[in-house]
Amino acid sequence: MSDQKTNSIAFVADGTIPPSPPPAGETGPVKWLRENLFSNAVNSALTIAALLVIYVILSKTLPWLLNGVWTTNSLAECREVLQGKTGACFSVLTERWNQLLYGFKYPGDQYWRPNLALVLLLVAIAPVLFFDLPRKLLAFTAIYPFLAFWLIWGGTILAPIVALLGFAAGAFVFQTYGKSSFAIGFFGAIVAAFAVWLIGGALIPDGASDNAMLQAVPSRDLGGFMLNLMLGVTCVSLSLPLGIALALGRQSDMPLIKWICVVFIEFVRGVPLITLLFVASVMLAYFFPPESTVDLFLRVVIMITMFSAAYIAEVIRGGLAALPKGQYEAADSLGLDYPQAMRLIILPQALKISIPGIVNVAVGLFKDTTLVSVISMFDLVGMIRGPILASTEWNGVYWELLGFAALLFFVVCYGISQYSQWLERRLATDHR
Amino acid sequence: MSTLTDPPNESFRLSMLINDTRYRSLTFQVIAAVILALCIWYLGNNLIQNLRAAGLNISYNFLSDSSGYDINQRLVEYDSQSSHAKAALVGLLNTLLVAFLACITATVFGVVAGVLRLSNNWLVSKLMAFYVEIFRNIPVLIWIIIIFTIMTAVLPGPRAFRGDNATSSMLFDAFAFTNRGIYTPMPWFEHGLFASASMNWLLVIAGFVGSWFAARRINIWANQKQEATGIRPKTTALILAAWLVPFLVLMLVMGLSWEYPELKGFNFKGGIKIGGPLIALWFALSIYTGAFIAENVRAGIQAVSKGQTEAASALGLRPGKVMNLVVLPQALRVIIPPLISNFLNITKNSSLAIAVGYADITATLGGITLNQTGRAIECVLLLMLFYLTASLTISMVMNVYNASVKLKER
Amino acid sequence: MKKTMILGAMAFAGLAAGAASAGTLDDVKARGKLNCGVTTGLVGFAAPNANGEWEGFDVAVCRAVAAAVLGDSTAVEFVPTTGKTRFTALASGEIDMLARNTTWTFSRDVDLKFEFVGINYYDGQGFMVPKELGVSSAKELDGATVCIQTGTTTELNLADFFRSNNISYEPVPVETNAEAQQQYLAGACDVYTTDASGLASTRATFDDPASHAILPEIISKEPLGPLVRHGDHEWGDVVRWTLNAMIAAEELGVTSANIGEMAAGTDNPEINRLLGAEGTLGEMLGLSADWAKNAIASQGNYGEVFAKNIGEDSPVGLARGLNAQWTEGGLLYSPPFR
Ligand SMILES: N[C@@H](CCC(=O)N[C@@H](CS)C(=O)NCC(=O)O)C(=O)O
Repeated sequence: MSDQKTNSIAFVADGTIPPSPPPAGETGPVKWLRENLFSNAVNSALTIAALLVIYVILSKTLPWLLNGVWTTNSLAECREVLQGKTGACFSVLTERWNQLLYGFKYPGDQYWRPNLALVLLLVAIAPVLFFDLPRKLLAFTAIYPFLAFWLIWGGTILAPIVALLGFAAGAFVFQTYGKSSFAIGFFGAIVAAFAVWLIGGALIPDGASDNAMLQAVPSRDLGGFMLNLMLGVTCVSLSLPLGIALALGRQSDMPLIKWICVVFIEFVRGVPLITLLFVASVMLAYFFPPESTVDLFLRVVIMITMFSAAYIAEVIRGGLAALPKGQYEAADSLGLDYPQAMRLIILPQALKISIPGIVNVAVGLFKDTTLVSVISMFDLVGMIRGPILASTEWNGVYWELLGFAALLFFVVCYGISQYSQWLERRLATDHR
Repeated sequence: MSTLTDPPNESFRLSMLINDTRYRSLTFQVIAAVILALCIWYLGNNLIQNLRAAGLNISYNFLSDSSGYDINQRLVEYDSQSSHAKAALVGLLNTLLVAFLACITATVFGVVAGVLRLSNNWLVSKLMAFYVEIFRNIPVLIWIIIIFTIMTAVLPGPRAFRGDNATSSMLFDAFAFTNRGIYTPMPWFEHGLFASASMNWLLVIAGFVGSWFAARRINIWANQKQEATGIRPKTTALILAAWLVPFLVLMLVMGLSWEYPELKGFNFKGGIKIGGPLIALWFALSIYTGAFIAENVRAGIQAVSKGQTEAASALGLRPGKVMNLVVLPQALRVIIPPLISNFLNITKNSSLAIAVGYADITATLGGITLNQTGRAIECVLLLMLFYLTASLTISMVMNVYNASVKLKER
Repeated sequence: MKKTMILGAMAFAGLAAGAASAGTLDDVKARGKLNCGVTTGLVGFAAPNANGEWEGFDVAVCRAVAAAVLGDSTAVEFVPTTGKTRFTALASGEIDMLARNTTWTFSRDVDLKFEFVGINYYDGQGFMVPKELGVSSAKELDGATVCIQTGTTTELNLADFFRSNNISYEPVPVETNAEAQQQYLAGACDVYTTDASGLASTRATFDDPASHAILPEIISKEPLGPLVRHGDHEWGDVVRWTLNAMIAAEELGVTSANIGEMAAGTDNPEINRLLGAEGTLGEMLGLSADWAKNAIASQGNYGEVFAKNIGEDSPVGLARGLNAQWTEGGLLYSPPFR
């Protein structure tokens, strides 16, 4: 029976058939296209609409970009070169390059100073941003603010040195006495620092800045994108400690301190930065001692720092709240007092959770530095809207300038947010 | 005899102020209070001295003086003889107007972009990612200026519409896009039931409210019917009628007609004008904040675990219902709080109006009034008070909402 | 890491100069620099040139004061101010004086508490329109869109003018002259109105100045002059008499070219007193004897400054008109140096 059956079958496969290639529609780019772009009617419509949008954008900008003129000295010349064709006058960027980056008053032969400060900034923040780098680099980070101050403003080197010594003295006192009692160490450090500053300040001779190694540059002369970067970096770094203090204060169970912090945070977060800048430009002067004048730059730094500190405080508060209660209890049960618990257990964890949020605040703040143009400071936007667009040569060159400003900000902000995402991923795996 | 719990030494030493937890908190608060008082005293003293030296005083009397300047965009009667307080009110209403408009459009942009970003259409989701990144990473001030520049430098002036060989023409003879703003036809009533136009419009709004109630009643009636008989009566036509009939009747009775903008003299006259600064600010704020909202929407939808969708599908719900009944209610809980803080940001960012000459409260009270009267401190304080009130109101709404949607834990 | 952040704060404290002293004159001398508020850029009056050096009619006043006080006309820090920021900058002490075509009005003098030390340009508010609009009088501007700088007297005059003529307009408020110019050229407004001198100087920077007309109506008086804070009379005197010295120098025929020989002594006692060869005028002001000589030598007399920056041969091309010496039928009249 079985034989018969065997015989009646004409063909018996003695091996598996090699898989045949999928039909053309199911492979390679075609399949990808079909699945990702044309899976159904709605999807296809969307795809076509998107293609249309892309086409419109590119057809408008590409000729303009590619036809760009880079080497003329005025808009009129540029139009002559273009002879009615569409094309950008990028020559405004090359001709006003220095003004866009440094403002119109920073002495031209000193541009290397902010440039160097920028390069060193990258070195200084590297160990802060990337934990893998040797911790020793942090020493440079500590010196950097003074170095940068000296590089950018010039004048006597004694001022930043005295400032540095003050901090060194404070740190020393804290190291010595802080072990036994945090409070004594803390207040002692403050007293020591102020003592050094007062004595040192008196010791710096008048006119020390006149023939200093680096020509002194008044802060009014700072401008361009440099001003944005400087405001951003200073205000973010100054507002970090302030923000941490505010966040801790808000969590504190001392009613008065909690109340002060809450009022401060809610007040600052409730008003737009512009009004705070108005305060800096028209009101703050009334609150300083009579007869003293405080640099507009410093006033603006104060207000922006307060602004971002309030936001950072809220981010950190979120981080503190996210820590499991067990962490606090564990610290208590180890017999740590409040400063120790915070410094050794709570803050390191809370800050770590908060980093992405802090980076977001930093990006927002950096973008907001353009607002200083409203109180007639000549940052990048202020330069464009003021001296450059008003000049006879470049009246009417909007897109090249605004596009350039947008591009600069995009590169920096996008870079920072990519870093933040990278960090988030890394921190997330660290937790597992 | 002492028990174990007694502190070893009862006599009070100065160091206990810092080291003893019973006193420490008090010590610190006293120190804080003293520092605070000192700061306030110091700043206040400086203020008083500076004001005295400059011969100034703090006074709000200027608010009732006539302002002397004109404002181009106003929602209430105002002219140069009105008071500074009135000018501030005009500004305040303008702030609320642009903030309100921008909140709506930003939400629309944000939801559309956020949902499309999750679409499985590769091109569309990439395009939306591009939109979000571009707008989030460039300062809003630059966007406002860019859009304002488009408005003023690219669109033609009214002059271009004039003459036989005009270089621009109106769209459908009804819409004019000029560098001063967009002009659209304005509906008005030939024989309104009330003398004032706004009363007539209120009547129309009342009509809509009535329609809404009627439509609701119809739905409820249909539901009851369905529960009683198992068959849902067809309501589409009824609901349509509830919405349309009162509206159409009102329009017919009052004689709706359109006033078209027309080029007269220097500008278009008639119709509705939406000024260039308003458009620039409105659009820039919406599209910028829209990018942030898109991210929130995306995060909100992704926060709903896949199991929820699968469970809903397993129960036999159709995809639309899955979205409406299962995913959205849960996603909204994640989306709404940041959404409201984005609304807050819009309100605060609308103060950038000053960069494009839109007469919001920062531009009137904090700008022209401040300059003309020199009352810097008073004006800035009033300005902050306004924004603070607005922000606190919005946060209060947010807290109420948060409390109401909070997961009720067992 | 946290502490390194605080470090910066203190370094910045170095920026805060807290020197207290008796008066502005001593402050300026101690500082060795004059802080002078000017416009953000109005060609001919105050604008940075290609090298970033400020020049112009108002700038010359600042430089003359610096030369008189410090003996160095370059020892000036120019602070650009908008219509909006100028008064707060002066009131808060950020600048020592303001020379920014600012109109002397009652309320600025009395209510805002400033002291106008004189008038360096007699002006009035005018209107500029593109010729193609075919407008020949400001009265024909019914319904026009008008660019107007906020925070100025011109903003208030504009409202008054249209109101009293019973015609309507739509204001487009702008912050700076630069912005006004962009808006006007882009056609976002039909008319630009401000001080007539400002119109002339703005028009001078246009590609095609000939296609824009300045209407005949002058709707206000705008006496423009430098100002200082109320109450500091020594400093007010210094600025006032530096300005007067420039005006008197023109009247007396003292120019930057002949000042060297004149300073040696002439037979005109007033010139001698002015240039410090006779009397102790400088000492009375708390300055050196050659204060006026320094000012005039560095900047020239009023007429020279006018001709160089805004006169008929300059791009701005303004006629002397009201700003001629009283001896020539104008309003310039310096009190005697005695
Ligand atoms: N004289 C008037 C107006 C002064 C004024 O703002 N003038 C304009 C145009 S003439 C100006 O100087 N602008 C220069 C700038 O924007 O910085 C006043 O004092 O209020």
